[in-house]
Amino acid sequence: MPVSTSSQGTPLWQRRTTRAQWLQYVAWLAGISLFLLCWKVISDNTMWVFVEDAGRQGSDLISRMMPPRWEYASVLWKPMWDTLNIATLGTALGIVMAFPVAFLAARNTTPHPLVRSLALTIIVSSRSINSLIWAMLLVTILGPGVLAGIIAIALRSIGFVGKLLYEAIEEIHPTPVEAISATGASRLQVMNYGVLPQIMPAFAGISVYRWDINIRESTVLGLVGAGGIGLQLNASINSLAWNQVSVIFVMIFATVLVSEWVSARVRHAII
Amino acid sequence: MNTSADTLARQQAARQGHWRRLPLIDNPRVRWGLVLGGVVYLVLALASVEVNWARVAEGSGRALNFLGAFLQPDFVSRQNDIMAGLMESLTMTLTSTVIGVLLAIPVGLGAARNISPLPVYAVCRAIIAVSRTFQEIIIAILFVVMFGFGPFAGMLTLAFATIGFMAKLLAEDIEDLDWKQVEAVRATGASWWQTMNHAIQPQVMPRLIGLSMYRLDINFRESSVIGIVGAGGIGATLNTSLSRYEYGTSAAILLIIIAIVLMSEYASSHVRRWTQ
Repeated sequence: MPVSTSSQGTPLWQRRTTRAQWLQYVAWLAGISLFLLCWKVISDNTMWVFVEDAGRQGSDLISRMMPPRWEYASVLWKPMWDTLNIATLGTALGIVMAFPVAFLAARNTTPHPLVRSLALTIIVSSRSINSLIWAMLLVTILGPGVLAGIIAIALRSIGFVGKLLYEAIEEIHPTPVEAISATGASRLQVMNYGVLPQIMPAFAGISVYRWDINIRESTVLGLVGAGGIGLQLNASINSLAWNQVSVIFVMIFATVLVSEWVSARVRHAII
Repeated sequence: MNTSADTLARQQAARQGHWRRLPLIDNPRVRWGLVLGGVVYLVLALASVEVNWARVAEGSGRALNFLGAFLQPDFVSRQNDIMAGLMESLTMTLTSTVIGVLLAIPVGLGAARNISPLPVYAVCRAIIAVSRTFQEIIIAILFVVMFGFGPFAGMLTLAFATIGFMAKLLAEDIEDLDWKQVEAVRATGASWWQTMNHAIQPQVMPRLIGLSMYRLDINFRESSVIGIVGAGGIGATLNTSLSRYEYGTSAAILLIIIAIVLMSEYASSHVRRWTQ
């Protein structure tokens, strides 16, 4: 804490040195100017007439959504089942692919540093691309349908599960591994008896957590044609049937709440 | 009793050289029930998945084209569209994170059970639940209807999603902070503002900064998809290039997204190390 002396000779306390204080002012100035600049770009690209109209549009939207057309729900059971399947099968497929990738990416189990960087690249590219973009790509390749959704969810899950799992592998206790290798076990046996039992709880927790996220994501995959309740959502929005849209929203809300509760319970039971 | 008998039997078997490892789930009934349920579900689910194999075979040529495009990404021919989309995405990311974090702080304070009264707590938790349940893209659809096409609707969407994310984590952080410091500051006769400023804020600030950086990252990734429903950003460009089968441009956009996410991840890990 810098202390200077005033003209009367009494010490003056300050929180920062003059230099640090100035640096802080400059940083704030730079940050605020950057924000304002970005704001200007956005406001130049916005039709403010529409924004001024937003309140009226919003209330109009709500009045069209109410009351929800509840009988529409009977059409939604099959798409909801598809959505659950996309999330569950996609998660399962993703886990199966993420498992070896995580072992190759963890510093203590990887066979070679080059393999490790390759595995890390797979994890990063899977993580940076949203499942909706994966779905868009796969719909052009595989055609619209549930299969594209499942694979999109799986490809997105590799990165998430792989990253958390390889971090868990890097944090294991070395003693059991040493003990197993001291018995003359092969590399695979060390993995099987030394590493695997230690990461199993973390692995189960991560998988259930990703499943919960995937339920949320699979509800919208239909917007680009990859099956599930999103298809009905898209159709209802395109035909301006907002009272059906509100039914779909209620269903999504309920499903997500239930899946979140299940996932929280399972993770609680494991940990 | 059952478990100890089981343990004895295992030890007996181990002495004779038949060692089995401990199962993950202790109760055999639950274990086999889960396996059975899993198999039944798998059969039912796989039976209901319809696959048009002819269409898949037809599309595999396109998959090869796409992989080829990744080896030769085309950054040049749609340069202006890509730059405009990227500019919108980046500006949307920054403004939405700033606005979202600023709005998330009061909501987060309200959603922490130890410093807020019950009615405020209930309202703030409800805001968090709504913001977290719905995907960004669904919110974007509603906001595009309300505010018109363009980055403004996208920015509001991302800001709204940021509120739920940040407020929840901030509230959890406040709920398990060190209460002694709060008591010490209160004992000096500090007002509510002073307590917040001198007892709570210093404890949660490092994590708040780290989370904001993380959210900046997420917002950029999300800003690349909400363009699909007309909320501005690089997603619109990507969608157009895919539906025109210009795979070179799509590959270029995807590579740019990956590169920016990598850079921001690297930067945010530095910032987090610096704040802690």
